[in-house]
Amino acid sequence: MADLNRMTIAGARDALRKGELTSVELTEACLSAAEAAGALNAYVHHTPDLAREQARAADARIAEGDAPAMCGIPLGIKDLFCTRGVPSQAASRILDGFRPEYESTVTRNLFEAGAVMLGKLNMDEFAMGSSNETSVYGNAVNPWRRRGDDTPLTPGGSSGGSASAVAADLCLAATGTDTGGSIRQPAAFAGITGIKPTYGRCSRWGIVAFASSLDQAGPMTKSVRDAAIMLGAMCGHDPADSTSADIPVPDFEAMLTGDIRGKVIGIPSEYRMAGMPDEIETLWAQGREMLRDAGAEIRDISLPHTKYALPAYYVIAPAEASSNLARYDGVRYGHRAALAQGDGITEMYEKTRAEGFGHEVQRRVMVGTYVLSAGFYDAYYNRARKVRTLIKRDFERVFADGVDAILTPATPSAAFGLGEMAESDPVQMYLNDVFTVTVNLAGLPGIALPAGIDRQGLPLGLQLIGRPWEEGDLLNTAHALERAAGFVEKPAKWW
Amino acid sequence: MSIDLETAARVARLARIRVDADALPALAQEFNTILGFIEQLGEVDVDGVEPMTSVTPMRLKRRGDEVSAGGMQDKVLSNAPDAREGFFAVPKVVE
Repeated sequence: MADLNRMTIAGARDALRKGELTSVELTEACLSAAEAAGALNAYVHHTPDLAREQARAADARIAEGDAPAMCGIPLGIKDLFCTRGVPSQAASRILDGFRPEYESTVTRNLFEAGAVMLGKLNMDEFAMGSSNETSVYGNAVNPWRRRGDDTPLTPGGSSGGSASAVAADLCLAATGTDTGGSIRQPAAFAGITGIKPTYGRCSRWGIVAFASSLDQAGPMTKSVRDAAIMLGAMCGHDPADSTSADIPVPDFEAMLTGDIRGKVIGIPSEYRMAGMPDEIETLWAQGREMLRDAGAEIRDISLPHTKYALPAYYVIAPAEASSNLARYDGVRYGHRAALAQGDGITEMYEKTRAEGFGHEVQRRVMVGTYVLSAGFYDAYYNRARKVRTLIKRDFERVFADGVDAILTPATPSAAFGLGEMAESDPVQMYLNDVFTVTVNLAGLPGIALPAGIDRQGLPLGLQLIGRPWEEGDLLNTAHALERAAGFVEKPAKWW
Repeated sequence: MSIDLETAARVARLARIRVDADALPALAQEFNTILGFIEQLGEVDVDGVEPMTSVTPMRLKRRGDEVSAGGMQDKVLSNAPDAREGFFAVPKVVE
């Protein structure tokens, strides 16, 4: 078999079980592809020895029969996940040299299911960014390029390395995390599938915290079926995360019937943005037609507080970040600044954090500090939390009216050039998440999947938003849309 | 609402991030851009709306008040920039 690294999880699982290939062969193919793809800067720590050891163990388990679906599947892991004995630094200088003594619950679940880790993947520092340009490791690069143009493009962010690695077949799939769109926006920019499950589906334990009330992990994959398989292996109740849901995890893959007859798909008028490229408008209209042709009922809906989601997010997320990132003090792990004669503990904190945090992280920590400070807490933080209640209520209303899922564009543009936003103010970058951030604020599951190619030859994604805990139904609707869209394009290899 | 240099310096101090004096004007400008964006929230009628505390309607679980892990001092200290004699070492705190 040629190009094993190009396989899907489902295809590899079936071939492994039939004995047509081994995890060792599959893993070697991915390691070679990853090794040769330095130009993409997707992998920031390679773990070939661990990968080979895990692959051999997976082969032994498969030979015994009764191996779970993820057994022997080589994955890339976002650097935000703590992996025991392997550098895990959230793409930040402040965690330079940090090697966790423990394993995050999500990666432990994957490894217990037999998955293989190829290495750690690039990302925006502390998952704060939409272009992977805030990483201490430098930019990850999108394998896609505009037609006839060598300009390096962003793979999106914050899970930019994950998107790049999956799109370029440097792994079969990757883990991502999503606080405001960090799985779905890069998935859309790289022509792959990414699902953020309902808040509480995946344990946050061992994932470096950004904004705890919004953070969720999820899979980034080459197909909806793969997303269903991998999500099932990642999630489940965890006593170590008090917000982890103690409810059964259904067999998501078994729910992919492709039958969506009678389902009601909502189209929110507020997601029609001024200045949105006509190609995205067209793609959205095509998505509606595809779902209608598949037997769904398309219904116009209103989510009136949509406009306020981004401003509410840019209060709540920095506020939580300022609290979460207070732990980086130069005492227990990571970087400590060299101190001058007479420097005390306050100088140690201030110098360590100034050296260790990049510009965007510093900015968000300080904005968060400001909105939580005496005199502004009510005006900013409490008001934002009230607006969050209203945003969630918008969704609850339409779901109560019988809507099963909501179709929107995934992003307001295709992938842009690295450095193109450098002169813009921070708010311009924040607008990347305008269609995805509502989903985090409301705690809902959302999936982005590739649905078309723009005039420049770049992938465009659509997003489906589901009811809480109904990832299975959401994945099934996505599966129907995926079949209708028939997206099969891959980036031409240049790296 | 406009952030002046003094406020920017105070926020940096509260956040325990050293910002050089010559970097304060640009920082204050960025704060103002972001806060200007956030100001839109003032348009929303939030009378009688409860601030969200939990996005999913679930009770936080309780566990028994028992020691569940421990006895791993070496692991706890293994990543410390400066650990001595089983402790984290820091500059002098008390004069």
